[in-house]
Amino acid sequence: MWVNPVSEQPAAIELIDVSKRFAGQEAVQAVNLAIAQGEFFSLLGPSGCGKTTTLRMIAGFEQPSQGVIRLLGEAIHDMPPHRRNVNMVFQNYALFPHLSVFENIAFGLKARHVPQTEIRRRVVESLDMVRLPGLEDRKPAQLSGGQQQRVALARALVNRPAVLLLDEPLGALDQKLRKEMQLELKRLQREVGITFVYVTHDQEEALTMSDRIAVMNQGRVLQMAEPRQIYDYPATRFVADFIGTTNFIDGRVISIESGMATVALDGLGTACVPDQTGLVAGQAVTLAIRPERLRLAASPSLDQANHLAGVLEEIIFVGNDTQYLLRFEDGARFLIREQNRSPSAGGTGYQAGQTLYANWSPAGTNVLLE
Amino acid sequence: MLKNRSIASSLLLPSAAWLFLFFILPMIGMVIFSFRPDMRGGPFKLGWLPSITHYQNIFTGDIYLPLLWLSVRVAFSVALFATLLAFPLAYFLVFHAGKRSSLYLTLAILPFWTSFLLRIIAWKTILGSNGLINNLLIYLGLVNEPVRILLYSRLAVVVTLVYVWLPFVALPIYASLLRINPSLLEAAAILGASPWRSFFRVTLPLSLPGVIAGFFMVFIPTVGEYITPILVGGTRGSLYGNIIELYFGDGVNWPLGAALSVVMLVGVLIMALLVSRLVDFRRLVS
Amino acid sequence: MQDRRSPFFATYYLIILFVLYFPLGILFLFSINDGVIFAFPLKGLTLHWYQDMFGNTELLQAARSSLLVAVASSVAATALGTTAAIALLRFQFKGKTPFVALALVPLLVPYIILGAALLILFAGLQVERSLWTVMIAHTIVSLPYALLVIMARMVGFDKHLEEAAADLGSTYGYTLRRVILPLIAPAILAAWLVAFTVSFDEFILASFLIGRRPTLPVYLLSQMRFANRFPQVVAMTVVVMLASLSLVLLAQWLQRKGTVSTQVAPAGQIARLPGFEDISFQVEGVGKSSE
Repeated sequence: MWVNPVSEQPAAIELIDVSKRFAGQEAVQAVNLAIAQGEFFSLLGPSGCGKTTTLRMIAGFEQPSQGVIRLLGEAIHDMPPHRRNVNMVFQNYALFPHLSVFENIAFGLKARHVPQTEIRRRVVESLDMVRLPGLEDRKPAQLSGGQQQRVALARALVNRPAVLLLDEPLGALDQKLRKEMQLELKRLQREVGITFVYVTHDQEEALTMSDRIAVMNQGRVLQMAEPRQIYDYPATRFVADFIGTTNFIDGRVISIESGMATVALDGLGTACVPDQTGLVAGQAVTLAIRPERLRLAASPSLDQANHLAGVLEEIIFVGNDTQYLLRFEDGARFLIREQNRSPSAGGTGYQAGQTLYANWSPAGTNVLLE
Repeated sequence: MLKNRSIASSLLLPSAAWLFLFFILPMIGMVIFSFRPDMRGGPFKLGWLPSITHYQNIFTGDIYLPLLWLSVRVAFSVALFATLLAFPLAYFLVFHAGKRSSLYLTLAILPFWTSFLLRIIAWKTILGSNGLINNLLIYLGLVNEPVRILLYSRLAVVVTLVYVWLPFVALPIYASLLRINPSLLEAAAILGASPWRSFFRVTLPLSLPGVIAGFFMVFIPTVGEYITPILVGGTRGSLYGNIIELYFGDGVNWPLGAALSVVMLVGVLIMALLVSRLVDFRRLVS
Repeated sequence: MQDRRSPFFATYYLIILFVLYFPLGILFLFSINDGVIFAFPLKGLTLHWYQDMFGNTELLQAARSSLLVAVASSVAATALGTTAAIALLRFQFKGKTPFVALALVPLLVPYIILGAALLILFAGLQVERSLWTVMIAHTIVSLPYALLVIMARMVGFDKHLEEAAADLGSTYGYTLRRVILPLIAPAILAAWLVAFTVSFDEFILASFLIGRRPTLPVYLLSQMRFANRFPQVVAMTVVVMLASLSLVLLAQWLQRKGTVSTQVAPAGQIARLPGFEDISFQVEGVGKSSE
């Protein structure tokens, strides 16, 4: 049993070396996960990365080609879906069109022969929990998208599963409703205390809601950590690019001294970066810098050790930020983001065509090895 | 939606006119004709006095209504067995046939597109006293004499009709099973329903429109069936349709035939009205 | 769909398939049986019935009559069904539901009743029975199928295509010719094939409404008494069987082709209007909902 070191409880879900092959293609490759009880865990990645397949293997709709899946310490990968103590909220809700809201929610309870009076009580309770009281007798076709989504949620939760699986449940909702439901889901998860395994391709959504995220691409888990960790210290180029926006610049290590490395930037100058991974001279590296960690100035700044000169190509006003596109000699561009702290009727003071400097400090730089 | 009335009218006019002239008019004509007391003067004579003697004949006698009821029962069993046998077929095609399912469907439907008369005649050679089944049974020693009831009986009529209609009934069932969203079945499974429960609570109810449509597609034509009884029904296999055909053929009593037809039609329409609550015509044009 | 394949269903399918094709096999054997009485064991194999068949002018006439009636009624049913479908699904007017109900009611009327009613009508109007009267009846019973097939296809494709055409300056007639009809063409063909097959093999209406020239099914039945000529008739049926088999396979192929090229494109895809190939526009996704 793989015990969660922090709490001594068995992990809610464990995937040990799980792979899935479809007609010669590896949809999921050697995935190892341990999801703690009560955690809001997200599988994040672009379409086709294997996150939905992984979720479906936990549910039992796909069999792993290899590997072991455990629920609270018990192996379940051989169990058919209807016997696993997990429930799923489907992307298209999958509400039974011929049953009323009440009957939909009661479906799982009836399947387990829960007595009628108890069913009634729990259905009403779960409708209250998702804030849809009084809709028991309607049919799904009579509900709006948002309401259907909540019924799907209630239907899954009423069975009190050990783990709730959610397959991009907010995908069909409009922006505003999505944001509301994200907070709603988070609140619900805290209140009920069930482990959530959430699949999404929307990185902002994952960052907002999760306790931990596993970023996937091409069937592999690239990084698994808390949102902050993933954002500030992405492990690979893909993760850095997929989460938020990142500027990349390639270079080669020249020298290392007292925990700091000097990197030559492809003919554009040098940069000073922290050495956290044991760099050696001559090593090829890629630097990743978030746009908000760059400062645009007319001259190299004194309190930020790194600067690169470029020509300002565009100024983009985005409401709360102003973004600048700075083009370097070799054609590469940096995106610099600065908060609009106060209204400025006169504009930023910069003009396209000007030669300006992007300044940043070593601490704000990520060093990637591929 | 466009509102151009004149284009809509010109598009709709041909079919509306055809339906009116060649469907509504004949039907009304037949109802009117059924009140004509006799055929004196031939079919085109006008100026006869309407009378309800034919209807009296039908409802008070004990030939016609029992025969109609028999035909309904026969049609019902044909439709029932055809539907029951077709359901697993359709289920196989949708849930177990995988990529080749439309090929398998085509294979199953093809026999339906061959001459139905001759398929029935082929069955005569299979069911007859000298036919294949009897030869097999005698050869195996299961019986000493040919089993006569296989041919020229009501059983033969039912078996033959079930055979003829089976592929056709599978189609609407297939269509409605296909329309079931697969994630509904996954949802049922993850909620704890065993495969049997999933079938009875989700698959079957959702396929019901197709099943009912298939049932009626067989039931209605079969109520008026008269060819199969002629070919394989023998003397005991006559159905209501045979009587109607008689009065329009040799028995030359068209008004009585018309009255018999009206009675059958009304019966069929009542049954269809009861079912039409399950199918919403408005959905077809919304 | 389920992972686990159960042998039960596959076996069931094979049994049904065997039962369905068995009589057809018998017919085929009958047509090559060297002898008039069909009993086992067969006496010998021969193709002379097929030869005789080609010499039997009555038989060939009957086949020709059936062909004529089938072509005429299927074309009529398809034309009527197409125009009605377009009117119903693309125009607004009162009385749609009654019209559809009326067009579909023939499905509920046993052929013997319709045959009798038309017989009375034609007698009353003093119209002589002929292949035309049969054709009229066949059109009535094929119309519901044609209508349903075409409506099903039209419901499936994007209304915005027609709006786009109008926006680009085309009259309704032009839109009809260059946009709607090409896109529903596979359905029209499929409807035509269904109507054709319904008509070709139809017996009851034909026997009520033919004049002096029988159609093939009517002729077949009348020949049953003549044992020495019957195998020719069976040979004809086998030929017809093969011909209709190929027609049905054609219909299947066309239906599949239709599904691929006319279905609403997934969200975000670029669609092009036939006839306006230099313009493109985005197709909205299906199934998005917002509160």
